[in-house]
Amino acid sequence: MTSLALKNVGKTYGDLETVRNVSLSINAGERVALLGHNGAGKTTLMRMILGLTPVSSGEIRVLGTTPGSRAARKSIGFLPESVAFHGSLTGREQLRHFARLKSVAAAKADDLLGRVGLSDAADRKIRTYSKGMRQRIGLAQALLGQPKLALLDEPTSGLDPISRHEFYDIVDELANGGTAVLLSSHALTELETRTDRIAIMSKGQLLADASLAELRMAAHLPIRVQVTTTTETADHVALELGGERINGRSVMLRCTQNDKVSLLGQISGLGDLVKDIDVTPASLEDLYRHYSVSPQEGS
Amino acid sequence: MPVLAIARLELLIARRNMWVATSVILMALFTTVLTLAGGAPTGTLGVDPLMVAATSITTLSVYLIPLIGLLLSFDAISGEAERGTLALNLTYPLSRGEILIGKFIAHLSVLGFAIAVGLGLTAGLTIWQHGSGDLSFAPLLRLFATSLALGAAFLGIGYLVSGLVRQTGVASGIVIIVWLVCVVLYDLGLLGALVADDGGAFTKTVFPWLLVANPADAFRMINMPQVSVSELTSGISAAGGLSVGVSGFAGQLTSLLLWPLVALVLAWLSFRRVEP
Repeated sequence: MTSLALKNVGKTYGDLETVRNVSLSINAGERVALLGHNGAGKTTLMRMILGLTPVSSGEIRVLGTTPGSRAARKSIGFLPESVAFHGSLTGREQLRHFARLKSVAAAKADDLLGRVGLSDAADRKIRTYSKGMRQRIGLAQALLGQPKLALLDEPTSGLDPISRHEFYDIVDELANGGTAVLLSSHALTELETRTDRIAIMSKGQLLADASLAELRMAAHLPIRVQVTTTTETADHVALELGGERINGRSVMLRCTQNDKVSLLGQISGLGDLVKDIDVTPASLEDLYRHYSVSPQEGS
Repeated sequence: MPVLAIARLELLIARRNMWVATSVILMALFTTVLTLAGGAPTGTLGVDPLMVAATSITTLSVYLIPLIGLLLSFDAISGEAERGTLALNLTYPLSRGEILIGKFIAHLSVLGFAIAVGLGLTAGLTIWQHGSGDLSFAPLLRLFATSLALGAAFLGIGYLVSGLVRQTGVASGIVIIVWLVCVVLYDLGLLGALVADDGGAFTKTVFPWLLVANPADAFRMINMPQVSVSELTSGISAAGGLSVGVSGFAGQLTSLLLWPLVALVLAWLSFRRVEP
């Protein structure tokens, strides 16, 4: 079931075209990461999906309804970038208020406070919260009533590594429950294993929209093989394999997916000269850079 | 009920921000002083002491209630937009009208509570001084009802300003100007025009409309039917103006009831245009 469908969506502010011809669809239970530089149009895209700002061209359907309609808003959970609350309320008061607006029981709100690790701070004023704690309240309100579509704008900013891990656990749980998740992030490494699909935006355009493996395949980025030797033998190995000597006792090689196995055979043929091998496929960061600087190659 | 949820939250915020306490203390302080001071000179003149108190409180309320109303409302929309809470609130399943009405209910309750405490004190003090024998509470009840209407009008104006500008700082500046114009400068202007016109066409035709068009003036007139208006406008009454026609009781009441409605509708229209 398609939870979110964007068809040729564009947004112009006067002469400025912030989103151009974006088509994207997300199914129930899918986790999609939206990547892009600052100003690539990610936040504008989310605001259009929420109905906070109208589309200039194209069409958006949220669970089969118009963005911003009451039905659409009922089934969306949204965590804004740099989420803010009224500082003189406590976390519990704020979350219970949101629960009332979504017709969710107060007890559910209290449960969620525990789920995001705020039980102890629930009755303190939000103005005393750290940025990470405010982010947790933001996440908790986005989870209220098990939304059918979750839009999370930079959800892990301000969270420490442990909290980030917990955050993605919650996202997984959401997706398992059938929620379609669209999240944007700058922290690329954590997205690699935690999302089903990657969408890359640059200058308002969608340059790529596929799984990480597919993106890797399409990008033809070289696999990096680092061979560790000794200071004495490094030059010899570099000559033998045709690589480039780095940091005194290592040799860096690049190869395509197809040549990988034969190269590894060649390396193991060197026997004792080789102390260690590291094989690194193109990381999401490499892919992101690849897709966002060469738009013509985008899929 | 989303409206009630908003109202409940806004009441909580008003309590936390000490707005409830501030409004109540202000009203209580002034009404107490005016009741005690206003009661002293009447002695046994036979004038209803409550009427005297209500009259002096009216003079004060004309300034105080619009001020409290504007202060409660000026950051209702711009403040949320500036803090960044508005965007998130608007993604919840409730309309902007509901948000506005919810805030209005909360703020009007704060105002109503403060006025009730103040007038309650007046009633209590007067009974304590004069006994409850033949007091007429009608002026106090009228003062309470019209104070609420006056407050509601200025709450609506505050929301309107708040929806039109993006920064709270600007909104606060504008509402102070609005307050100054409505409760001070407007009357001065009218007075100047009256003097200049010297009983001419302006005095007879335009002036009554202008007088009743300002909710603060309508409030003043409706609560002082016998005292200052006759002084203020004795010249005009002679010219056939005030006690009848548009600036009569019906006009005053219409002005006080229409203003909150019009201001709220305008505020809603301006709020609808806000893109968070």
